[in-house]
Amino acid sequence: MSFSLTLTLNGAQRDIVLDDPRVTLLDLLRDRIGLPGTKKGCDRGQCGACTVLLNGKRVNACLALAVTLDGAEITTIEGLADGDTLHPVQDAFIEADGFQCGYCTPGQIMSAVGLIAEGRAGDDPERIREGMSGNICRCAAYHGITKAVQEATRRMDAATKGDAA
Amino acid sequence: MIPFAFLQPTSVDDALAAWTPGAAWLGGGTNLVDLMKTGGGQPSLLIDLSRLPGLRDIEMSDDGGARVGALVSNADLADHPAFAARFPMVAEALLAGASGQIRNAATVAGNILQYPRDAFFKHLGEDPLDGDTTSLSILGANGPVAVHPSDFCVPLAALDAVVEVQGPNGPRDIALADLLAPTADTRTALAPGELVLALRLPAEGATFAGHARYLKVRDRTSFAFALTSAAAALRFDGPRIAEARLALGAVAPTPWRVAEAEALMAGQAPDADLFERAAQTALSGAVAIGDTGWKIELARRTAIRALTLAAAHTPARLPALPGSPFAAQAKDHAHA
Ligand SMILES: Cc1cc2nc3c(=O)[nH]c(=O)nc-3n(C[C@H](O)[C@H](O)[C@H](O)COP(=O)(O)OP(=O)(O)OC[C@H]3O[C@@H](n4cnc5c(N)ncnc54)[C@H](O)[C@@H]3O)c2cc1C
Ligand code: FES
Ligand code: FES
Repeated sequence: MSFSLTLTLNGAQRDIVLDDPRVTLLDLLRDRIGLPGTKKGCDRGQCGACTVLLNGKRVNACLALAVTLDGAEITTIEGLADGDTLHPVQDAFIEADGFQCGYCTPGQIMSAVGLIAEGRAGDDPERIREGMSGNICRCAAYHGITKAVQEATRRMDAATKGDAA
Repeated sequence: MIPFAFLQPTSVDDALAAWTPGAAWLGGGTNLVDLMKTGGGQPSLLIDLSRLPGLRDIEMSDDGGARVGALVSNADLADHPAFAARFPMVAEALLAGASGQIRNAATVAGNILQYPRDAFFKHLGEDPLDGDTTSLSILGANGPVAVHPSDFCVPLAALDAVVEVQGPNGPRDIALADLLAPTADTRTALAPGELVLALRLPAEGATFAGHARYLKVRDRTSFAFALTSAAAALRFDGPRIAEARLALGAVAPTPWRVAEAEALMAGQAPDADLFERAAQTALSGAVAIGDTGWKIELARRTAIRALTLAAAHTPARLPALPGSPFAAQAKDHAHA
């Protein structure tokens, strides 16, 4: 049996035919669509390396079955920058040294984008650490990660306020 | 994962009609897909509930209660201001569970019906006493049985939550505590083919809003299952406790409530000695299985601390570290 679905992936519509309902969103992205930016760490929801935005909310792509997602809007790390202009969270990670090996980084950045949209942490470092606890960094770059999320939150807040004024 | 058939019905009637033995309902999938990857769950048919209409509402009733659709996400429920104001310890427990990503995907019904941690290795025939014994029950179990892993269900049990289900024999209401009471051969009291449609919190639960806390002790500060936890709720009449609720998490195959422990607090002024006696009573009958002796003492202290926090008052805003024993002394260690 095959399943057809349509996804809006990083802003572009995609028709997908699946021959197997077992394919996770993570494997679909990496192995079938050729977007390897989203990483596989544990494949069990425990590390956050596979974080993407699903209809604007951060989720673990390794626990989402692709077949369930017809009509969904998905943003991956590849869809974050605007051409050569990086997303403010990407900029902030570079400036604050929010990584070492970089393996967890796409997931960290997508999770941070999701967290900032949720508005639950603001620029409080303790709330940021709690809000980012679904993303493990084996290199323990947590200090820089927290600073990056804090800084990005401030800049994005300032930009929204600037727009509103 | 072994292969399975897949259906995505668009009405509750179609979903119920599609059910056959061997089928499984799919909510957010954060528990079931994980289990299927390990081989611990092998449904022949997966029935995805995500397209069922009308199961994503949070209704705050005029009498002070609430009704929550089965597909509401854990995050959306915790973040619902009116719900969190009425049932703050439910919101705190939700936010103390899993991670931001998992809470966005996980549904209310899926959280309640999640498999215990031993389901992940049981099918391999491993001796539960050989491996990590932290998830074993010290109460209400005959032998090495895993605890109910949910944080959410602990305050729900304390507040007498009711679950609305529908199945081949029509709709029925079942108390959460009864739903989660496992028997020798069933994991829950849900009959084959029954579907959870909603969760109800009785209005009385909201009368505890001013003094209600969830406390969760973990191996690390965030993103870990509970070693022990407690939901404590007090209603005061002047300086004395009019009514108390206490449920313990991660100690039994179901959230653990002891009527005598709650009753002995009624009419009393809150103090350390009272909470000590309540905790002792709640844990009477606790038995260490394997090397879980530490759990009895930890659960006792967790109960006392949760009652003490509840007696103080519910904070206006949830602490930065929800449910954490470190919430009070949390400081900025980022040197930011
Ligand atoms: C890494 C990790 C960490 C976690 N940490 C915690 C934690 O700290 N605290 C905690 O409480 N939980 C924790 N969890 C568990 C998490 O809360 C559950 O996975 C989640 O709540 C399940 O919801 P779901 O909608 O994804 O359920 P699913 O995976 O879709 O389903 C779970 C079960 O419920 C059944 N089901 C789903 N919906 C219905 C329905 N409407 N009617 C009848 N049956 C239904 C399914 O058939 C299945 O048996 C963690 C999970 C992971 C993966
Ligand atoms: S790969 Fe998905 S959480 Fe680890
Ligand atoms: S930078 Fe190496 S795992 Fe995080």
